[in-house]
Amino acid sequence: MIPGVSLYEILTISAVVFFIGVYGFLTRKNLISILLSVELILNAVAVNFVAFNVYLYPGDSQGLFFTLFMIAIAAAEVAIAIAIIVDLYRLVKSVDVDETTEMKY
Amino acid sequence: MDFSYTIWIPLIPFLAFFLVGLAGNNKSPKIWGLISTGAIAVSAVLSYMTAWRYLFQVGKVEETYQKIIAFNTTWLTFTDKLHIDMGVLLDPISVMMLVVVSTVSLMVHIYSLGYMKGDPGFYRFFAFLSLFSFSMFGLVLATNLFQMYIFWELVGVSSFLLIGFYYYKDSAVAAAKKAFIVTRFADLGFLIGILIVSYLTGTFDFQTLTDPNGAAMTQGAGVAFLGLSTMTWALILIFMGGAGKSAMFPLHIWLPDAMEGPTPVSALIHAATMVVAGVYLVARLFPLYYTAAPFALEVVAVVGGFTSLFAAIIACTQTDIKRVLAFSTMSQLGYMMLALGVSGYGGHDGLGYMASMFHLFTHAMFKALLFLGAGSIIHAVHSNFMGDMGGLRKYMPITHITFLIACLAISGIPPFSGFFSKDEILAAALHHSTFFFVIEYLVAGLTAFYMFRLYFGIFWGTDRKYEHTPHESPLTMAVPLLILALASMTTGFIPFNDFVTSDGHAFHTHIDWTVAGASIAIAVIGIVAAYFFYKQKNDLPDKAANTFGAFYRWSYDKFYVDEVYMFVTKSILFGIISKSVAWFDRHIVDGFMNLLGRMTAGFSERIKGIQSGRVQQYAFAFVAGVVALVLIFAYLKG
Repeated sequence: MIPGVSLYEILTISAVVFFIGVYGFLTRKNLISILLSVELILNAVAVNFVAFNVYLYPGDSQGLFFTLFMIAIAAAEVAIAIAIIVDLYRLVKSVDVDETTEMKY
Repeated sequence: MDFSYTIWIPLIPFLAFFLVGLAGNNKSPKIWGLISTGAIAVSAVLSYMTAWRYLFQVGKVEETYQKIIAFNTTWLTFTDKLHIDMGVLLDPISVMMLVVVSTVSLMVHIYSLGYMKGDPGFYRFFAFLSLFSFSMFGLVLATNLFQMYIFWELVGVSSFLLIGFYYYKDSAVAAAKKAFIVTRFADLGFLIGILIVSYLTGTFDFQTLTDPNGAAMTQGAGVAFLGLSTMTWALILIFMGGAGKSAMFPLHIWLPDAMEGPTPVSALIHAATMVVAGVYLVARLFPLYYTAAPFALEVVAVVGGFTSLFAAIIACTQTDIKRVLAFSTMSQLGYMMLALGVSGYGGHDGLGYMASMFHLFTHAMFKALLFLGAGSIIHAVHSNFMGDMGGLRKYMPITHITFLIACLAISGIPPFSGFFSKDEILAAALHHSTFFFVIEYLVAGLTAFYMFRLYFGIFWGTDRKYEHTPHESPLTMAVPLLILALASMTTGFIPFNDFVTSDGHAFHTHIDWTVAGASIAIAVIGIVAAYFFYKQKNDLPDKAANTFGAFYRWSYDKFYVDEVYMFVTKSILFGIISKSVAWFDRHIVDGFMNLLGRMTAGFSERIKGIQSGRVQQYAFAFVAGVVALVLIFAYLKG
């Protein structure tokens, strides 16, 4: 619990970060940037977990542990995503999301 | 006394069928033929033994022949009441049929050893003959309607296989199919009849069904359809099955074509045994017909009478000797049906019943003899047509004499067997109505005429220039001819009224000499007419043909019954009904399905752009959807 900061401020921050992530996901054309945006979304959620745990249920610690798991999984996910992107780059010689429409009908 | 060994009468030929059919080969065909013949010989001995013991030692209790169930086992159980049994029923007509079937079958087996010699399908032929013998024994020994139906179909199959024996001939294949389809069509009626009868009475069992005091006699008596009771309809349908097997008009068209099979087969199946199954069926159910459905019995009489006349007229104009005999068979079967139809029940009233069975017995002997004789002639001349024959009496003395005996027997000249049985039939017909008597009297004359037309045409007439001189057949073929000729001479003296009667009691009968004299007279007229027409070559036959003109041509073309069937099936059934149904299926039913398919394909063509492969579009749609949902819920809550 941070003195002088209430739950609302923290939630505001995480909401802002979340929507920045969404915006980035929808507008960036570079696959690496999209991956960064996804990380932003994930981190916003993680902050939410911690904040709710600390402010509303101070006696418990599920939120904290959940967040730890999320960070670990996000790391693994990044590794896979980077591998996919590298492979995709070999295939289409580009990391532009508009040019990778292999999964079209 | 124990009769359980009778189960082996059908089973031995069945085992022979398996053995010869599976293990047979062409390396030593003779052995396989002898195995089949040996099997039927054993069955024949057992049959004679059974007949002797039944008729003279065991069957009669208090002056009445009892029905004996010699063997019975439940084959299929549906419910407690409805079950199908397999068994052996012994009564006067079944032991009589045992004698007929085993005798003729044995003779035909021996004859075939000579007739089929060198044929590539020699062992196959004997396997089929054994199958047929098994089925026929099973049929005559049936204890219930359903067992009879099963074996009824089995004889149909054997008949099909044997008609199509020369399967490399198109005409034989067509004839086999025709025989099978026509009789199957008739058996449809038989099956429906069986189902109705068993529904009404709750049993398939012959003993229960034909008990004169039983409950079956009064079941289904109410008027049901077109003024006839349910039981009457059921029995007419059963008779339809019998009419199909016994080649009654209008289901007779398969029999003349069935002559495509080897001649011994025609003798065994299409003259002596299988075709009388229809007569046997009606005789089997006779008390039921007589008591519960007199109208159905009247139908039997009318169909039988008409067929006998119809076939006799056609027989006078045919030139293929086997076809003449085929139509003659139809005519004689008509006699038997008519005799059943005009018969009463019990004592002397049952004269027609006795006469029918008597004629069945004598007819089997002399008609088998005629066919085997015809086979012997065909074997020597290599042709079926009367035009290729003449003057054969010098070359084939045994065939000549035996054929003459058979002709005299079928024409009804005493003391040959046909005279006695035919006389009883005529007496029974006269007893019933003058109309039937006149028809049968006429047929008797026609019979004598066409049989002696054959006889004079083949054995007298002008001597042809044969490619190689015809010779008498080998011993294996001549011996059966002689045995059957002996039977044709003597079987008439069997006192059938003591053995085979409608109610099991013996009754007294005597030859009615007015009827007998009249029938001898017309037979002699027929023979004399044939003598003047065909003894020497002259222009009388042509003159007669010209006098009758169109009628002669109709008769020659078998009154166009085949053409009518062709018209009904091909033009009406296939051309009009089937074609329109096919059109409906192809355009309406299939069209609807195609429409559904095409609509789905078109719709998905329109909307497939949604799956663009662009991840951000998907994500945008997803986010927009979430936002929309959130807004909707917020609005609803607030």
